[in-house]
This record gives sequence, structure tokens and C-alpha cells, in this order.
Amino acid sequence: MTRYLATRLLQGLFVLWAAYTLSFLILYLLPGDAAAIQAGGAENGGVDPELVERLRAEYGLDRPLWEQYLTALGRAVALDFGSSTQSGTAATATVAAVLPQTFALAATALPLAVVFGVALAVASTFARWRWLRQALSALPPLGVSVPGFWLGLLLLQVFSFRLQLFPSMGNEGWPSLVLPAVALAIPTGAFIAQILARSLRQTLEQPYIELVRAKGASSARVHFGHALQNAAIPTLTLTGVLVGQLLAGTVVTETVFSRIGVGRLVVSAVNSRDIPVVQTIVVFAALVFVLTSLAVDLLYPLVDRRISAAGASLVSA
Amino acid sequence: MTSHPRRLAGSIALSSAALLALAACASGPGSTVPAGATPVDGGTLTFAISVDSRCIDPQQVGNNDAIAIARQTVASLTTQDPETGEITPWLAESFEVNADATSFAFTLADGPTYADGTPIDAQSVKTNFEAIQALGAKATLGSTYLSGLSSIEVADPQHVTVNFDTPSAQFLQATSTFTLGLLAPATAGASQEARCAGDFIGSGPFSVESYTPDQEAVLAKRPGYDWAPASAGHQGEARLDTITFVVIPEAGNRTGSLQSGQIDATAGIAPTDLVLFEGDGYSTTNRANPGVVYNLYPNESTPKLADENVRVAISKAVDRAEITETLLGADDVEAQGVLSTTTPFFAKRAALEFDPEAAEALLEESGWELGDDGIREKDGERLAFSVTYWQSPKEVLELVQQQLRAVGIDLQLKFSTIADVQAAQTTGTEDFLYGNLTRADPDVLRTVFSARGTQGNNHRAASEVDDVLDAQAATADQAERQKLVDEAETLLIEQGHSIPVYQLSTTIVASDSVRELAFEASSRLDFYDAWIAE
Repeated sequence: MTRYLATRLLQGLFVLWAAYTLSFLILYLLPGDAAAIQAGGAENGGVDPELVERLRAEYGLDRPLWEQYLTALGRAVALDFGSSTQSGTAATATVAAVLPQTFALAATALPLAVVFGVALAVASTFARWRWLRQALSALPPLGVSVPGFWLGLLLLQVFSFRLQLFPSMGNEGWPSLVLPAVALAIPTGAFIAQILARSLRQTLEQPYIELVRAKGASSARVHFGHALQNAAIPTLTLTGVLVGQLLAGTVVTETVFSRIGVGRLVVSAVNSRDIPVVQTIVVFAALVFVLTSLAVDLLYPLVDRRISAAGASLVSA
Repeated sequence: MTSHPRRLAGSIALSSAALLALAACASGPGSTVPAGATPVDGGTLTFAISVDSRCIDPQQVGNNDAIAIARQTVASLTTQDPETGEITPWLAESFEVNADATSFAFTLADGPTYADGTPIDAQSVKTNFEAIQALGAKATLGSTYLSGLSSIEVADPQHVTVNFDTPSAQFLQATSTFTLGLLAPATAGASQEARCAGDFIGSGPFSVESYTPDQEAVLAKRPGYDWAPASAGHQGEARLDTITFVVIPEAGNRTGSLQSGQIDATAGIAPTDLVLFEGDGYSTTNRANPGVVYNLYPNESTPKLADENVRVAISKAVDRAEITETLLGADDVEAQGVLSTTTPFFAKRAALEFDPEAAEALLEESGWELGDDGIREKDGERLAFSVTYWQSPKEVLELVQQQLRAVGIDLQLKFSTIADVQAAQTTGTEDFLYGNLTRADPDVLRTVFSARGTQGNNHRAASEVDDVLDAQAATADQAERQKLVDEAETLLIEQGHSIPVYQLSTTIVASDSVRELAFEASSRLDFYDAWIAE
């Protein structure tokens, strides 16, 4: 078990390094740099190129790529990602300042998505009438493919602008959290429903279900007592992807609903080539991925006794 | 509405300034959201902005939304009349410029203070300008305004003289901008980070109460403020208790939030949505941004655009009226010169007339004959150009593309990000650059077009026009300067260095309860006189 954990942690570190390095290279390869953008501003007011060069030197952008990279990496190991080129604040502090808001959004959206997704999946396999099952099965693909932007605006139009039940902007209090969380939960929930419904249908065709039915178990007992637990495993495997989807979804959700958060921050940081802030967010996102997948792997044995973490072998159900 | 001109020792034409203020308020459209009834003190105005640049320090910011916040927090040495462009006293009760515009002497009023109580004296003016120089390129606008500054002399607490080593007529107008607005000496020592976060001590009618990047900035009125310029609509403290600037990046959300009363006003309604606010409990106020209008700047180091005929033909093939009518708001007017209609020294240029026949004749004269695909050719080469840009509405250049195609010119568009565009600009290989520059002083022409300047948008050798541009910067005589600006603008158009496209404007859309929210001379928002009707 200890050896397994050590291996996983090493793999995790590699993922973090790879994410850091890749994002560094991508940002470096993108045209334009922070100094030019800051000096140029939106209208490019004719700042003395000499002053821009000085700013470039201040940010270290005039040094060769490998030198910038090694210096930045060395500091990053000590959790110093440098200062935001936009505000001068430490990049980690900039991200930490908005993290609680994104966390609150994701933490509200995730349970909503799970409830919505599981309910839809169960309903689409459990419903008595064939036409209803088919109608419900059509919903998840629809939910997954609806653009988050459009969904957010639709919710705003109905519940904020028309009915005036929730504010259209801001981070204050739970009312401001409702619409963004719903907007974020719908595509994520639909994704859960898609996966879960499919594996539920497969599980329900298994011989052991036949046996349970033959023993006279009710349809509800078959579903909730026997099928759901086994069908949940593929969904659990995708939790890492789900969390990634949630994080990515905040970019659009936070923009449409004018909330502060990591999603909004990353957009403005990329646009102004604020490399320190972008790198902090990339490493943070990678860390969330690594930790989530580790947690999921450690959870398997609890959900399915046939799996042991130490052996890390998956026995097919 | 009433106006109480305050005591202004040695003031220049007090009565006429008050008249101007009255005229400005009465004229309604063009300068302020409607006046009327008796102003009420108190209340909060919620104003939506579109972007937050994570910095609200007046001496560092450069984008319109950040400026809307920053402008309210500082007073400037001078102010500029939005109607006439005339520079009048504010913190400086009088000023003097020498003949060749290299030396500017200011006499400060006795009494105004920074928000921490320290007096606004000559030494603090010097501290401010030096702090801006120290910020370098981070003070995007300020470093340009102070370019060439050689010394600042403090004679006594009331008198300060700013000297330049080259003529700098623009500096007087610069002292009226928020960029050279004054911050307490204690702020000069603060870090860039603290200042960006709103931790600065200003001199204006409002102070920063709180600032959360990407979310909101709250300004509270400054108790004891009593040094508004005589041209303002009232004297004494600001009428509003607080202004809340909320950041709403999504255009649809801004429109809906205004319609549902969640915000009081915004300048960020898309032209296509403006019809939703015609009458019916809302008012709209439009003003063109002063400065250089949106232009295509030909890169004259490329062989095709080195030919003046080709450049002028392109300019003549652009139908500016069509652009404004089809794509912009009802209150917008077409570009009528290199300078926009609200810029001091603006005059309409007949040479800008839409004349496709003349354009075609010029192209024929240079040997560009129509090819099979409708695009002109010469020696096997097509008359094709490319331009990279990020500015919206992006449809403007798409329409220009169609207009140019009609005379056989192929304009390829690459819509991109600011960073990409700036990178393309530095390589100097683009056929055209595209952009504008807001500034309520004609020296903006020199900033943008001078071949001797830092910008060099045309990539050309210095010529006659640069001499004229330099000359207008070197005269404090208004009539003489007008003549030189006219001459420079004519040369820029006739030689095809400038291809004006449209003039940018700002439209405030507000609920009817918002009164006297005004534009200052640079089309920045001024909340000092604003109030909320019950």
C-alpha cells in the first residue's frame, strides 16, 4: 500500500512538472508579451520603446528562454510563482484571493450535478413506460451539448431579468450562487447521467440481475439494492474528468454571471500574458486533478470489494 | 439648475465659465444625462463597466473602464472645457506657458488638500510628476505626457514650473487629465501593487472605499471637498454618497441588468441593443471620443503602399457614411477628419469624400488593371493587403473589405487578440495597422503619425508633414497652432498617411433617475455633478 502511494505521488509530481513546463512553453510561444501589452494598453498610445524594454527587463522577459524557465521553475518549487504583471501582487495571493469563490461555486454545483445526473439516469431506466424512458434518455446528450454561455444567459433572462428572483451579478450571499451553480451543474449532471444510464442498462442485462428478479425482488430493489452500486464504478472513474469539467466550466459561468473566481482570472491573465498568474492556476488545476484521481483510486475498494488498491488490479464486473 | 462659482483669486473670466457650465447642462444631448428638477444629495449610483484591468491607480491605468473609476478620485492642475476645448484653472488658479511651449508655470490655489489632510502644494506636484516618471512604461499615458521633461522648479509652496527640453504644447492639456491628477506624497512611496489595489490617497471629489478586482470598486464622496473647477455644475462636495462600479463582462448581462433595474447606468451597451433603451424610462447620451479616429495606417515600407496613389485610392474607396449608418448607433457621426469631431482644433476635411471613381482612376494611373477575379493586378501581382486587428465591432473592417473589393482591392482580415496584434505590429511586416487614440489635444497626431516619434505607424521617412507636426507642438499661440494642425491634417489625408474609418464614441445609457452624469472633455465620465432623482 505504501509503495503504491509512493508511486502515485511520484506520478503526480511528474504531472505537475509536465503541466508547468507545457504551459510555460505555450505561453512563451504565443505572440506578444506582458511588457508590450502593459505599455501599449488598449489604444497603443505610443510609449517610448526604451521604457518598454526597461519593463521587459524588470519582468525578466529579455533573458533567454531556458534561463527564464529554470529560474521560474526553481522558484515554483518553493511555491513562489512570481508577481502578477497586471497588479504587482504575488501570483499565489492573486489566485488564493478568488479561490474560495470558485470553490463555493464548484462545491454547490457538484452535488447538484450528481443529484440531477443520478436521478435522470435512474429515471430513464426505471420509468415504467417505454416512451418516457426514451424521452428521458434523450436529455443527457442534449444537456451535454448545450453551450454553457447560452444556458447561463437563458437562466439570467428568466430568473434574474424577468422574475427578478436572483441577482445577475456578484458574489454576495447564497442567492448569487444559485443560477451560476445550476448553469454549471446542468452540463456536468448530464455527463454523469450519460455514463451512469449506459452502465445501468448494461448492468440490468447481467445474469445476476435476472437471478435477483427471479427471486421476486421488486423493480426498485433491483435498481437501488443491486444494480446501482455496480453501475456506479465507471462513473466514479470519470470523477477526475468531471472535476476538470467543472473547473473549465467556471470560465464561462463566472464570466456570464459576473462572479469573481479562478475562471475569470485565467481569462484576463491569458489575455494580458500574465504568465505568473496563468502558471499558478495551471499548476493548481493539475494538483486538483492529481489529488482527485488519487482519491478515486483509493475509493474503489470501498465501493467494490473485488478491487484492491494494493494490487491495483481491476476485476471486471 | 444652479451654479455657485467659488472664490478664485485672479480667476479667468468667472462669469463666462459659469455661463459655459450652464450651457453645458442645458445642451443635454452631447454632454450630460438630462438635468432638471432640484438636485438631491445622497444615494448610491451603480454603474456597470465591462472589463477590470486589476488596477485603478490613476497614474497607471489606460483603459476606459479603469479611467471611469480613477478620474473621480483625483483633481488636476487644470480642467478642459468639453465644448470649447479650452484649458481653464482647477487646482492651479492660474498658469502661464512660454512662447515656444517649453516652460509651464502654475500658481496653486491655497486651501485644497489631499484626502489625508496634507496641503496640495508645489512640492507635492513635483513629487507626483517624478513618481510618474519612475513608473516608466507602467504609467502608459503619463510617461508619454511627460516625455522630454527636463526639470521641475519649486519656487515656494504656491509656485511650480515644469520645463521641457523640447517644445511640448500638449503638456498643458495633459495637466487636465486624470493621468496627471494629483496623489498625496505618501502615495508616491507606496508600491505599485498597493496603488493598483486602490490604496492611494487622492485629491478629487471621491475616495476609494473598497476595490475587489473583477467584481466591484466602491467610491465614497470625500467630505470637505471644496475645489471643483468653476466650470462644474455645482460647488462643494459631490452629490452622490457612493458610486459602485460593478464589473459585468458579458454584454447581454449588462443590457438585462439595466433593464431589470439592477444597475443604474452603463457605458457598455452594444450599438445593436441601444434601441431597447429609446425613451421608456431611460436616457442615452453619446459623445465621440476626442483624438485620432479609427484609422488604417498604411505601412509605407511595403512596395505597394509606398505608392501615394494606392494609399489615397484606398481612402477614397472607403464609404464612411455607410459604415456609421449600418454598424454604429443612431447618435454616431461619420469620421470627418483624422481628428474626431470632439477634438479641440477639429475641422471638417473635404478631401475625405467617398469617391470610388477617383479611387479607380488613381489605381489605373499607377498601372493597377482589373484582373479576371475582379481584383486589380500589375505585373502578375494582385492588389491584395492584410490587416491584423482585435478591435470590435469587427464588422467595421468587414464592411471596409467589401467597399475596397468594389474598386478591385483585396483586403484580407485577421481578427485576433491584443497580444497577437501587438506582436504583429512589432515585426513591421503588416500592410496596415488599425487603431485609434483618445486624447483631447491635437498633438495626438504627432504621437500617432510622426516619423520621428516612437510610434512610427507608417514606417516612412520623415518629410514635410513631420516638420508641421513638430511646429504645432512648439507654439502656445492658439491661432498659429490651429493653422499648423489644419496643415498637418490636410497633408496626412492628401498623402494617404492616414486612412480614417470611423470615430469611436461612448454612449451612456442610464435610467431616468440618473441626472447630470456627464462627459468631461476627453469623453471620460464625470460623476461629480451626478445625482439620483427620487
